[in-house]
Amino acid sequence: MTYILVLEQILNGLQLGMMLFLMAAGLTLVFGVMGLINLAHGSLYMVGAFAAAAVAGWTGSFLLALIASLAAAAAAGALMELVVIRRLYRRDHLDQVLATFALILIFSEGTRWLFGSFPLFLDVPSYLSGPVSLPGGIQYPLYRLTIILIGLAIAAGLFLLIARTRIGIQIRAGEADREMIAALGVDISKLYTLVFALGAALAGLAGALVGAIQSVQVGMGEPVLILAFVVIVIGGIGSIKGALAGALLVGMTDTLGGVFLPQLFAVFMDPASAASAGASLASMLIYILMAAILLVRPSGLYGGSA
Amino acid sequence: MADVVLKTDRLNKCFGALKASSDVSLDLRSGEIHALIGPNGAGKSTLIKQIAGNLVPDSGTVELLGQDVTALDTVARARMGLGRTFQISALAMEYTVLQNAVLGALGGRGRVFHFFRNVMKDPELLEQARDALERVGLTQDANRRTADLSHGQRRQLEVAVALTLKPKLFLMDEPMAGLGTAGSKALTGFLDGLRQEAPILLVEHDMDAVFALADRISVLVYGQIIATGTADEIRANAEVRRAYLGEEDAA
Amino acid sequence: MMLTRESLLNWAMIAALLVVPLAAWSLDEPFIITLATKAAILALAGVGLNIALGLGGLISLGHAAFFGIGGYAMGILAAHAQNYEPLFEWPFLFEGSNQMPLIWLVAVVFSALAALVIGALSLRTSGVYFIMITLAFGQMLYYFAISWSAYGGEDGLSIWVRNEFPGLNTLDPIQFFAIAYVILCLALVFAARLARSPFGLALAAARQNEDRVQAVGLTPFVLRLTAFVISGAITGLAGALFADLNRFVSPTMLSWHTSGEIMIFVILGGVGRLYGPVAGAALYILLEHLLGGISDYWQIFLGVLLLLIVLFARGGLIGALAGREKAHG
Repeated sequence: MTYILVLEQILNGLQLGMMLFLMAAGLTLVFGVMGLINLAHGSLYMVGAFAAAAVAGWTGSFLLALIASLAAAAAAGALMELVVIRRLYRRDHLDQVLATFALILIFSEGTRWLFGSFPLFLDVPSYLSGPVSLPGGIQYPLYRLTIILIGLAIAAGLFLLIARTRIGIQIRAGEADREMIAALGVDISKLYTLVFALGAALAGLAGALVGAIQSVQVGMGEPVLILAFVVIVIGGIGSIKGALAGALLVGMTDTLGGVFLPQLFAVFMDPASAASAGASLASMLIYILMAAILLVRPSGLYGGSA
Repeated sequence: MADVVLKTDRLNKCFGALKASSDVSLDLRSGEIHALIGPNGAGKSTLIKQIAGNLVPDSGTVELLGQDVTALDTVARARMGLGRTFQISALAMEYTVLQNAVLGALGGRGRVFHFFRNVMKDPELLEQARDALERVGLTQDANRRTADLSHGQRRQLEVAVALTLKPKLFLMDEPMAGLGTAGSKALTGFLDGLRQEAPILLVEHDMDAVFALADRISVLVYGQIIATGTADEIRANAEVRRAYLGEEDAA
Repeated sequence: MMLTRESLLNWAMIAALLVVPLAAWSLDEPFIITLATKAAILALAGVGLNIALGLGGLISLGHAAFFGIGGYAMGILAAHAQNYEPLFEWPFLFEGSNQMPLIWLVAVVFSALAALVIGALSLRTSGVYFIMITLAFGQMLYYFAISWSAYGGEDGLSIWVRNEFPGLNTLDPIQFFAIAYVILCLALVFAARLARSPFGLALAAARQNEDRVQAVGLTPFVLRLTAFVISGAITGLAGALFADLNRFVSPTMLSWHTSGEIMIFVILGGVGRLYGPVAGAALYILLEHLLGGISDYWQIFLGVLLLLIVLFARGGLIGALAGREKAHG
């Protein structure tokens, strides 16, 4: 019983980690290539979720909804890059923070204006609902398992993209030396728009996938954004590998801490205060993890010397 | 023999396959100007950083005033009396020239945790700052914004800020760079007198200045010191001519 | 002393912030007094942030942590006092307090302590890491407050009666305004002196050129940490006043939107300008009041305005009215 519970929670942690990876990958790419901190990345997550909910509402197709989330977030991302973000590359971080914070206000209130304040719902399609039996006698929701698999597939795809393709080479060159890549004749502004839209699409997909488990509402992207920041800080800014490691670490810590800390506290406390103290500590656990990693490695697990 | 104020002992530093410092041993004695020359990429900057404390050597030691400071950071070495000027001007660009000099004097005094008194009305700091500015010839420019100075004036200000610290030795990284002929001549004359106050380890590209000023010259090539000696000895050194001066002539 | 355009503008602003509520008082318009009080308190929070941000160049996106800690200091002390439940009984019996001076002291001490810990960890890094880490620590306290059911959890804590200040009737809006206004003025004087002090000179130099500060034998980390603690303490004091104004504290005060808003006050007015937060907070309250009356979605306009200021008018309001900043003299 307990070992099944543990395995189940590990899978939940893996699922959260995969979602965080989709968010963090875009953030870390954008920072690595363009040197930009984008607070509005959470808005793209929200755009993806709303697009998916709307399309699912019209067509009833979950697959179309996912495609819509990718397309809408990529389009919103490209638009954001063309209109605002590209004016910020040469600015300092303060301007980037403020301008992208302003974008959050615009996106959040704009979405509220379009869709209202009530949450929308995106249903898990019937062919993905229900539990599935895993080896070892675990019953696990098929949908969550699908999320894990999609996350893994995208992680593999990203590694291939960066290691093997022309765009990947350009991205890596851009990280190393922005002047050089321009000198090589790569159209740098097109590359930047592309990278930004790619990151946006991943965030939008994450929003849609999570939207089917939770509700789709304004502001849903921000808690995830901040978790993704913690992921990047832990993993090291600019590193996809670091984003993956950080995402898994944060996903596991958050999930397992939330479940097992109250139980652990119950060993030496009365149940009520154990539940409350355990929940309080669990809510802070990933930040404590982040602080601990910072003490040892100020630039993250896979960060350079910056 | 005069006192040794700075000594490096077999410093080694690698960046991957590149050996930027290879068994570098040199010393600086009181009253002298010791020039460090070498072609671009010879490892001068790497060596300077190890001496100033920005970079930890892979092996070897740095001694300042007879004390092993290899493990100390830049701040601690500055407090011990290492006055430094940078190759690329490191100044507070929004400040006036005088404010930069006062910052130096404040650092020299060390007591920075005063929150209420007006630092620009502190007579002691102002006097030190104005003295230093006068010595490098920047009195006229005291109230100008540092960002508005010419490159040459910024180099002068670098030297002035180092002076406010009343250092026991100077570490100067290309103070002549960007100065015109006249400016370079004036600074040469100034440094000539300064060596009596505190010895100078001078990294410099301006060969006229180096040969006019230096009591001793060390030549760094590919991270190694290939020769140390007086100006005449260095001129006569066959290896130096081949490895370094020859290249310069050809260029 | 020569009055520059900027200092004239500063005097005009601080006078306006006094005249408007006085006029409202004589016209019996308590709502406007409350708006002015809110502006003064938010300006105080901005003055705190500006010491880290403007002077020290530390882009903290976690100042809501200190604002909220100040708020909770008020909430917790006053809640215990109103319910007659001892806060602790050892080493002496303490039943909370409804006295503002004591509440402020507790707010300042605890927000300073939090700033010391958060700053010591965050300042090991710089640049984007610093932004993300301050944001994350702020969020940590936010989630902690939500899960802290003893003090209201997500719902927050309400206080029935505003806390007391010796000799004043704090329930009278104009008297409470006077308290906030005087504290704001004191903080402005403090910030002005700090900027010109030896510490201020070294701190702002560390923002401009870290190598230079080290080369003159000063440690940027220590300067920045000190600034961060002072900054957090002032923002914490503002938090205690803000909670007292609303007689309510909730995790919202700790949320990162609050951090963003405090930063907006500083930016709307002009970064690094001493009176920037005053102009920014006043403008913010004005916009909230005017645009909020037109549309429920007024923050869209705020967002657009902020975007335009960042992209095209970097000096903020004071910059637009008073011209380029002079070198500090």
